[in-house]
Amino acid sequence: MFVAQLMAERELEVWDCLAAVSDPELDEPITDLNFVEAVSVNDDHTVRVEFRLPTYWCSPNFAFLMAFGIRNAVMALPWVRAMTVELKDHCFGDEVNDGVNSGRPFHQIFAENCDGAVLDDVVEKFMAKAFDRRQEAMLLALKAKDRPIAEIVSMTVGALKKTHFTGEEAFRQLPRYLDILAAKGLALTDRDPAFPTWQGGRISPEALGPHLRRLRSTRLTMEFNGALCRGLAQSRYKEVEIGIDGPTLVDFIAGRVPPREAPEPGI
Amino acid sequence: MYITPEGKEIFVLDGHTHYWDGSPENQTNIHGKQFIDCFYAYHTNLSPKEHLWEKARFEKYSEDNIYRDLFVDGPNDMAIIQTTVLSDFYENGFSSIERSSAMAERHPERFIVNGSFDPRDGEKALEQIHYMKETFDITGVKMYTAEWNGASKGWALNDPQAYKCFELCDKLGIKNIHVHKGPTIIPLSKDAFDVHDVDYAATDFQNLNWIVEHCGQPRIDDFCWIATQETNVYGGLAVVLPFIHSRPRYFAEMIAELLWWVGEDKILFGSDYAIWTPQWLVEKFWNFQIPDDIAEERGVQLTDAIKEKILGLNAAKIYNIDVEAKKKQLAGAPVQIAAE
Repeated sequence: MFVAQLMAERELEVWDCLAAVSDPELDEPITDLNFVEAVSVNDDHTVRVEFRLPTYWCSPNFAFLMAFGIRNAVMALPWVRAMTVELKDHCFGDEVNDGVNSGRPFHQIFAENCDGAVLDDVVEKFMAKAFDRRQEAMLLALKAKDRPIAEIVSMTVGALKKTHFTGEEAFRQLPRYLDILAAKGLALTDRDPAFPTWQGGRISPEALGPHLRRLRSTRLTMEFNGALCRGLAQSRYKEVEIGIDGPTLVDFIAGRVPPREAPEPGI
Repeated sequence: MYITPEGKEIFVLDGHTHYWDGSPENQTNIHGKQFIDCFYAYHTNLSPKEHLWEKARFEKYSEDNIYRDLFVDGPNDMAIIQTTVLSDFYENGFSSIERSSAMAERHPERFIVNGSFDPRDGEKALEQIHYMKETFDITGVKMYTAEWNGASKGWALNDPQAYKCFELCDKLGIKNIHVHKGPTIIPLSKDAFDVHDVDYAATDFQNLNWIVEHCGQPRIDDFCWIATQETNVYGGLAVVLPFIHSRPRYFAEMIAELLWWVGEDKILFGSDYAIWTPQWLVEKFWNFQIPDDIAEERGVQLTDAIKEKILGLNAAKIYNIDVEAKKKQLAGAPVQIAAE
């Protein structure tokens, strides 16, 4: 009984820590996106996490990042002795799974899979988009509070931290925005400006309008893609049956999900 | 022809349709199966319930089916059929120009069949372009940069080999280059959906029209930046438009965004048939209004005149179709329902 309860608690701990792993493209936790399908904790303190992306064709480089993100998050739990990550039904699944479970670091495994190239530029590009999305949420919330534009663009991190936000999005994004400011080294103390550009520049009051237009475009794309990914993840392996009441969506029966070891002639 | 509630006739040119065979008999491997399964997930995820199809019908549909769905039940006057070969995944190709052209021969006044080539085939790609021009007199091509070709798992529009092909297209009057940015898996070190190669190609080939399908989705933000700077870059609405049913507010925000950045003259309707059928898409689009708060914030409107451009006039312009003459021709050849 006691053991069962401990296992259940540990499973919850794993789920909690996985919430810190984000899809780099959508800047949302993989647990919110329902990408994580199963977590199991064994008596010997080993953990297994299975995840599945919305389609077989989702970017493999991001699949790599998420797989290593899962590994790092779970291995940081003090009681975990070893773990296995399994990406299911993906065109690059074998390479990702072999790499993430080899115990070697990300950059080494990744480089082996693309002639020594690194992913830094792409990671930077999507961090910049995540930054834009989070910053826009803060700027819009301040505008909604009728703060003057000149005050907003010259606000410090300390003043931002002290601002009371009631909107759900601003509340959710404030810690995420502060995290990314710190991670990029854009704001090191509370006296630093709260709203630099990703390149470290300042936004003048006149430039705030065009700046927000650009952030809006990035955020809308990410939200749109997030909605599509959620939908595709949900409809994967569902089929339509047309009965007397018209078409309905039904789940695939287990055996019809394609086997991973299917023949691959010519590839 | 879509007839508005007020009785006005709207010319509809569907810019993005397919006549595919994704059936298990035609699949070469697991990738072929996963490719059509992925399309099917788009279909089941975003279609209204009453327009859902069973898997077998979706995998392969007949000449009668496509004609009925597009022109009898659907409001299309004309449709552009795109070619997507995927020869690494399908025995006879996913949607080959030969099979589509044979189907289109029954109603040549209604179809424009576009070709396709793979620049990585080198000399053979150039031969293929000549063959398609001579045999089918194509005026457009569909480029799928995520296509696998042996060891290669994707290519870019600004690859030197691709430029040789576009030079030939320009010379032969193949003016319309439809681009679909699927996931180019290798090189892994690049963004798999990067759209910046469109920017280079559009700048270097000013005579050609670059129609970016799905408006560059999932990189609509990057696409907007490019389209706003290039006069010869267009956005195809396939995949974006079906949100009008399941997520109308997202659709409103996206269309407002596209109108602001890309402009009303450079957005093209496409049903992406058979992923979706045009009837419900066109009807919902015609009856759609951008909510006041979004329209005001963005400073754009979706007027009837703009809808008419998007539904057919913009595509007619780049495909040199005289809409009034075409309407007369089609009035003399009304849609026929085959005896069953």
